[in-house]
Amino acid sequence: MSTKVTIDPITRLEGHGKIDIFLNNEGSVDHAYLQIPELRGFEQFAVGRPAEDMPQITSRICGVCPTAHHMASTKALDDLYKVEPTRTARLIRELFYMTFFVEDHALHFYYLGGPDFVVGPTAPKAERNILGVLGKVGMEVGLKVITTRKHLREMMTEMGGKVIHPVLGKPGGVAKRMTKEVQEKYAKVARDAVDFGLFSLQVFRDIVLKNSAYVDAIVSDTYTHKTYYMGMVDKNNQMNFYEGDIRVVDPSGKEYCKFPTGKYLDYVAEHVEPWSYMKFCYLKPLGWKGFVDGPDSGIYSVAPLARVNVTEGMPTPHAQEAYAEFFKTLGGRPVHHTLANHWARLIELLYAAERMVELTADPEIIGENILNIPTNTPKEGIGIVEAPRGTLFHHYQSDERGVLTAANLIVATAGNAARTAMSVDKAAKGLIKNGKCDDGVMNMIEMAFRAYDPCHGCATHTLPGSMPLILRMIDPNGNLIEEIRRDT
Amino acid sequence: MSKPKVGFYWCASCGGCEEAIVDLDEAILDVVAAVDVVFWPCAMDFKRSDVEAMKDNEMAVCFINGAVRSDEQLEMVELLRKKAGLVVAFGSCSHEGGIPGLANLYTKAGVLKAAYGNAFSTVNPEYTLPMAEFSFPEGKGTLPTLFETVKSLDQVIDVDYFLPGCPPPVKLIVNAVMAILKGELPEKGAVLAPDMAQCDECPRKDTKPEKLLLKQFYRPFQIQVDHEKCLLAQGLLCLGPVTRQGCNNSCMVGNMPCTGCMGPTSRVRDYGAKALSAIATSLDSNDDAEIVAVMDSIVDPAGTFYRYSLPTSLMHRANVTNGGK
Ligand code: SF4
Ligand code: SF4
Ligand code: SF4
Repeated sequence: MSTKVTIDPITRLEGHGKIDIFLNNEGSVDHAYLQIPELRGFEQFAVGRPAEDMPQITSRICGVCPTAHHMASTKALDDLYKVEPTRTARLIRELFYMTFFVEDHALHFYYLGGPDFVVGPTAPKAERNILGVLGKVGMEVGLKVITTRKHLREMMTEMGGKVIHPVLGKPGGVAKRMTKEVQEKYAKVARDAVDFGLFSLQVFRDIVLKNSAYVDAIVSDTYTHKTYYMGMVDKNNQMNFYEGDIRVVDPSGKEYCKFPTGKYLDYVAEHVEPWSYMKFCYLKPLGWKGFVDGPDSGIYSVAPLARVNVTEGMPTPHAQEAYAEFFKTLGGRPVHHTLANHWARLIELLYAAERMVELTADPEIIGENILNIPTNTPKEGIGIVEAPRGTLFHHYQSDERGVLTAANLIVATAGNAARTAMSVDKAAKGLIKNGKCDDGVMNMIEMAFRAYDPCHGCATHTLPGSMPLILRMIDPNGNLIEEIRRDT
Repeated sequence: MSKPKVGFYWCASCGGCEEAIVDLDEAILDVVAAVDVVFWPCAMDFKRSDVEAMKDNEMAVCFINGAVRSDEQLEMVELLRKKAGLVVAFGSCSHEGGIPGLANLYTKAGVLKAAYGNAFSTVNPEYTLPMAEFSFPEGKGTLPTLFETVKSLDQVIDVDYFLPGCPPPVKLIVNAVMAILKGELPEKGAVLAPDMAQCDECPRKDTKPEKLLLKQFYRPFQIQVDHEKCLLAQGLLCLGPVTRQGCNNSCMVGNMPCTGCMGPTSRVRDYGAKALSAIATSLDSNDDAEIVAVMDSIVDPAGTFYRYSLPTSLMHRANVTNGGK
């Protein structure tokens, strides 16, 4: 039995998830498995390609999150050629990246995860989508979401050529200068993004926090796992998506380790199971102990909740306030409640928006010097960024012409794969009684993984609606009792 | 009168093609008003059984993105072919194999080994691989089987039209949907984009010399690239001369050369061969040895000229002994 759900960018899968659930004689769940059904093999076909093509090639791992791959890859190129980008290039890159974070987090909150809360976890499935959200919050708000994303994506198109699969990054710099005119336009979009972030947090307070049933769901044991958490921090241990060290805290919130980019292989490893094309990350020093949580298990979690758990504060003022409110409400760091990811995501959205304002205001962003031409012989490079869905690693080796000889890619969703698998299992166990499962229960199982925003482009990533999912209940004799599908 | 029924489906896709549909923004509301979307797994809850229950040709049109590389995908597109009057291959993966098609330079065993064996962070001493069938402690499970060779859509089913691009430009998506709704369709097999080269509408075209007379190629990080001048004239491998237009010269607007995702115009059989010959003829030399030396500076000809089209090239894939093709 298996639960097939996610697509992570690497083991990108075609369009559906499957959750197979094993029931025992009493009709309760023995186990629910999460599977990924396809692999595209970027590690192999990166070999033989020029390194500088990687930011564009690897963005095709995921069209929802292409900018994260583009950026991790571009940073790996800096490292491969041992070249520092110019300050102007550095500013443009981070601005581009923050813009992406705002629009992507908005997509997740309003189109994907949000409907579960805004419309309600067990609302009829026809309403659990963006249209349902619009019905609840009003068309005016809906248009605000659509136009905000549109303006953000227009700015990205301006700087990156394309918003899906951009062409911005080069080793040592960026491809395109920012003109004064674009800077002014961009600054306005940035200010609007801050308003949008504040507004979205208010939507969350009004609709979710004021509803005790939702709050009960967030803090319920069904959606709780005590794992390690991983995320990038700056030198003050504050949040940063673009550069910094990787910090890991243990289930009690204490720092377990902190390592620079180049040391990631000492800490991160991936485990293979025969029942999924997805690999499962764990902390190497602790080892793979199976699908269990707690301090002895090496399983860790990434993405918004993990990031707020590892950071000791937000570097921008509004986000810092929201961060303090979050931990005050949920009882202090770390928060182990999976569904709190949605709230943490909005705090991050606000941080990214505030950062956009800072970056667009920097006079050097319209500088002429956008590229330091690499002169060193390439050999090996590692680039890490925080993708919206968690810590993302690109690692290349090349010959002296900069043609790749090996590539290692650990996508964000793999960082959460083990915890997500546990969440689905636990939710199934907690929610299915006497072999009974209806659409509402099924959606609540989906919520267990949707909170992580796993990057199955094919899952929850786009328009209204739900993840394609097959739920198959099999009795102890191996007979199919019931199959509920919402998929292909 | 009932509205025409439309379906969307994806195979080995990055999701960018689906995201491009989201990028229709408000226009999506017009599309949804004009058609009845009867199948769209990423957005709606219709099931495979709903498709199975449809009459043959019940859907007016089905848009399919992504390359075809597993038995499950093949089954699904065969089913959709039966149920749809028109099938449109959506995006370069479906049209020409796309970037996932670069896997055809390798064997499937190599692809698996790179991911589950050699990957630096993978700890897999017993070399466990995902399997088509396996046993959990509680019972059996299955996974789809990957093919040795990545295929474009028209290599496995009959395709009526192609919407090119990685992903297709929003404007072309709207045009295609409108043309289908109005029944203003070109002949079968057509690519739904202007049949002209990128250069013809490039904002830099006035700076493109009649004769290029190139002495050397540069990689985009090796020079400070002029923001206005023709990129090819600056020695960057811009594939604009051999690539179909319709994307508003996106990459050139980003100050980077075109890599060819819109594919060739209708007059070209093999995109890569055409691109290679176009580039070779822009060199300023009649000396074979010199030409070879300059062409040698292109470090990855296969990945450069067949970036998006290897599966549909005359080669289809690299030669492998264990039965790739
Ligand atoms: S054509 Fe491009 S955008 Fe579409 S699925 Fe393929 S890689 Fe993604
Ligand atoms: S070669 Fe490229 S940059 Fe030059 S005119 Fe053609 S499309 Fe434009
Ligand atoms: S410029 Fe070339 S590579 Fe870029 S989007 Fe257009 S056709 Fe595709």
